[in-house]
Order: sequence, then C-alpha cells, then structure tokens
Amino acid sequence: MSTARHSAGRSIAAHAILITYTVIALFPVFVIVINSFKARKAIFRSPLELPNSETFSLVGYETALKQGDFLLYFQNSLIVTVVSLTLVLLFGAMAAFALSEYRFRGNSLMGLYLALGIMIPIRLGTVAILQLMVATGLVNTLTALILVYTAQGLPLAIFILSEFMRNISDDLKNAGRIDGLSEYRIFARLVLPLVRPAMATVAVFTMIPIWNDLWFPLILAPAEQTKTITLGSQVFIGQFVTNWNAVLAALSLAILPVLVLYLIFSRQLIRGITAGAVK
Amino acid sequence: MGTLSLRNVRKSFGNVDVIKGVDLDVEDGEFIIFVGPSGCGKSTLLRMIAGLEDTSSGTIEIDGAVVNAKPPNERGIAMVFQTYALYPHLTVRGNMSLGLKQAGRPKSVIEERVAVAARMLSLEEYLERRPAELSGGQRQRVAIGRAVVRQPKLFLFDEPLSNLDAALRVNTRLEIAALHRQLGSTMVYVTHDQVEAMTLADRIVVLNAGVIEQVGSPMELYNDPANKFVAGFIGSPQMNFVDAGLVGIKDAETAGLRPEHITLASSGGRLGGEISHIEHLGGETNIYVNCADAGLVGVRMFGEHAFEVGSRHELVIDDSRIFRFDAEGKRIRLSK
Repeated sequence: MSTARHSAGRSIAAHAILITYTVIALFPVFVIVINSFKARKAIFRSPLELPNSETFSLVGYETALKQGDFLLYFQNSLIVTVVSLTLVLLFGAMAAFALSEYRFRGNSLMGLYLALGIMIPIRLGTVAILQLMVATGLVNTLTALILVYTAQGLPLAIFILSEFMRNISDDLKNAGRIDGLSEYRIFARLVLPLVRPAMATVAVFTMIPIWNDLWFPLILAPAEQTKTITLGSQVFIGQFVTNWNAVLAALSLAILPVLVLYLIFSRQLIRGITAGAVK
Repeated sequence: MGTLSLRNVRKSFGNVDVIKGVDLDVEDGEFIIFVGPSGCGKSTLLRMIAGLEDTSSGTIEIDGAVVNAKPPNERGIAMVFQTYALYPHLTVRGNMSLGLKQAGRPKSVIEERVAVAARMLSLEEYLERRPAELSGGQRQRVAIGRAVVRQPKLFLFDEPLSNLDAALRVNTRLEIAALHRQLGSTMVYVTHDQVEAMTLADRIVVLNAGVIEQVGSPMELYNDPANKFVAGFIGSPQMNFVDAGLVGIKDAETAGLRPEHITLASSGGRLGGEISHIEHLGGETNIYVNCADAGLVGVRMFGEHAFEVGSRHELVIDDSRIFRFDAEGKRIRLSK
C-alpha cells in the first residue's frame, strides 16, 4: 500500500516522533528500575549505567521488604484501588444508564452536576473531607480512602459512559423490554457488554491516579496499618538522610501491579479510544 | 383472537401534542399499515401500542382487554424493528428463544417453536451463528423469526424494510406477505413508503401531524381520497393540484389530476405548456409539463414514448376522474 497517504517518508517520520516520545516517557522509569538494582555508591557515581557485576546489589529490595510492613502496604494499595475501581465502574455505569436512558425532569441538569467534578479538583475540599472523616470516625481506615477515591472517579466515569450509552440503539433495549427482560438485565446483559471498551478506558484513567496518590493517604490514613505503597515508600525519604536504594526498589515494585492491570485492560482501552475515530 | 382498539388515544411530550386523539378498530387477522410523512407520529403510535411509550390519555385495548398499564411483555405482542435490534451476544437460536425463556416456557416447547419458525424463514443453517455473521436480509429474517416464535396476538413492524437495499426490500416484502397469509395473525406495520403500504395492507391508516386523515383499503384511498392530503400522499408520481377554474370547474377551489389520467396531444386540451423533463422507465414514461398558470404538471403514460424536452403540448384530461377539493382541502364528492 504505497498510496500518496502512506509514503515511506511519512511513515518513517511518524515512527520517529512516536519512538522519541516513547523514549522520553519511559526514560525515568528505566532509570528508576536500573538504579534499584545498584549499590548506593554506584547510583550516584554513574546513575545512567546499567548494573554490572561490581555494582549489582539487591540491598534496596532487602531493606524495602524488611523494614516496614511492605506486603501490608501493597495489600492496602490493592484493596483501595480495586474496591474504588469496582465502585466507580458500577455506580458510574448505573448513573450513566439512567441519564442516557430515562427522560425525567432535570435530566440534563443532573448530568451537568455529576460532570462538574471533572472541572473542580477534589483536593480543594481536603479540609472538609478530613473534618467529615474525623466526625464519622473513619480516619485511618481504608474505607475513608475508598469513599474519597470513588467520589473522585465518578464524574469522569459518568461523563464518558453516558456519552457511549447514548449511542446504543433504542431498538435493542426496546426489543429486550418486549422479550420481558427487566431494566437491570437490559443494563447488565445488553448495554454493559456494548460499552466494554469505554469501561476499560474509564478503568485505566481511574486506576492510575488512585494507585499513585500520596495526598489522601498522607492526610486521611497515615497509620502504619493503613499505609498505601506510595506512602510506605516515603519512610525511606528522611529530612536529612534518604535511603535511595530502598526508595527506588519500592517504587519499582509499585509499578508492577498497575502494569498488570493495565495489560488486562489495554486491548479494550485501545478500542475505546479509537471507537469514535474508526468505525 | 387478535383485535386492537384505540379509543381517543393521545400523547404529548411536554407541551407538544404528538398524537392528537386517534380512534381505530383493527379486526382479527387484519394487516393494517400506518403511513404518513416523517414526524406524523406513526412510530410513536406503534410504540404506544407496544407499551414502549406511555399513553397520555385514551385507552388501548388488545383482544378486548385494556392494556394501558401493562408492560410490553404482558401485552401479547411481538415487534420487529428497523435496525433489527438482535442481541449481539446471542446466537440466532438464543435470539429467537430469549422471550419464551423469560416467560418460563418449557424447553421442549421453545425448541419446537424455534424449529418451526426457522423452517418457515429458511434460517435452519444459521441457528448457531451470531448476528454479526449474518447479512442484512438474514438479520431481518431472524428479527421476524424472533417475533413469530412468541406466537403473539399482534405483530408490530416498525419500518422493517427501511435498512435493506432495494432488491432485498421487494423480496422481504413478499416474505412478510406470505407470512401473514400463513399465520393469519393481526399485523400492524409502520412505513413511510406508500408502495409498501399499497402492496401489503388490507387497510391503510394515513396519518398526518398526529391525526388520522383517512382509513381504508388501498384502492379506496386511491379512488376515493377524503381530502387533499390523502390524495397527494397515495399514488406515485404525486397527484397534480391545479386551480379548479383552469380546468373549467366552478364549484370547487382545487382540482386534483392523477398523472395517469392525463394524456398529451397536439390540440384540444384545457391546459398546455412546454415539456421540462422526461423520465423513461421502460414500462412507463413520466413527463413533466410546465404550464403557465397551473405550474408544473406531471403526466404518466404507459409504454415508451418519444417526446422532446422543450416542445409544446396540450394536456387532455379525463374529466370524469378529476378530484374536487374545497378551500380547506376537503374532498367534494359528486352526488351520483
């Protein structure tokens, strides 16, 4: 296919740009991962060098896994992320279905209200959230984090999913009604499978900020029992001394679960992003 | 067995009245077609019968029972949609049997009915395929099969042929006609295509702006339209409307001339003009004549005719077949 639109020159240029971007994006991650396998001196002497037999050391991982309850942090992060993600997808999809499917007074106003959260950062409300959590006795629980993250993820989820659901043919839903399917079955069996690519997109965009967040764990759940991995890694960063080996090792480990989740969703994600562009 | 009565049925969305009081009785086994221009409310009326839209006022009776408050699946209806609306995750068999499964029918009954319907619509080879693996015509046959399997009192069709190409449309039309003859069930069918309406219907309901203009058999509507709207809607090419005075009629406002009741001649006509366009269709020739005060008049002649665009001709009109309409567009019938 060497048509005017697919000339070799254009193709090379496009790939060159994409490869450059990939290198820039992946470089920090690469530096973190290689340095996590090096001895402390080697990290500072030649930070860009690959670990060799002289400089290779697992001391960072040893410290990270020994000091503090690293497995617990991991578990906390996973629980918070997975539960929040599930709630965001479930409630987001249900709200989006109601907004796109039913005619009721104030429908568009409600849609606008629910989408407002995309424009207003939830962190503006930190003080009020903290007071709320103190009042309800939820400070230092994972529930506090899950509630906040669910609220944080819902606006975008509802916005994206309701746009997708509006495009599903009414006839299909009506056929289900004539066949006697309940509204819940229509939602779960007919509509959800058709918006799966959009769900994956929402899942990835919701998951990554939750996993990486330092702000709310630090404020709402800093106790040893409820620390998340991002917060847990901070114990190695001191005011005067920082254990760089351990920090880098902890960060490298923290990448893994997100990577796994991303791989699960990625196939659907690409379909979701290109859904509007390629018919 | 499958009667339908609409009594003063109305529907409004907010302040907008979409259906403005419809009364209609459909007998068992009748093939009724709702026809009208887009936006006339025909699909809304069908969806109200199906129970997919609420009825603002009035009553809908199916088989003598008022069904206003019943959900679609309890009304004893089945519906075929324009976009097929097959369940993408189910096979053809699954699509056809879902309704009965939901109704809790025993497996043996479901299997038998699916087999019968599949044979009727020649879908036997495709039973294990998914909708995505079928062509448009096959998908619409599956959608019809899904309706047949339910053995409804009332079949509802919402523009079922609009998404098919021209050749397939004629075939499927014949299949639907055959299906009606075979099953003998009551069918209500919505279309904007008057050819479909004329060829399939026992009776046609002409709707305009939420009001029934006329109900009657295809030939009644063609030969005896109640008003200008029906006269203009039924028949192709469209009926010509000219000032009654121009064709020598005094007691009417407008005269309606069917293109097939006009012939071209070199002299002796009441109207005359230059030919502005000719359509050669083989079996018939449509000629458009630009008459000075009467405007563009369509003439339909059967067989092949050679005329020149721009040449002058007179229009000879069959006087006994002129339709007379008063100022409001109502038909003035001549007393016999």
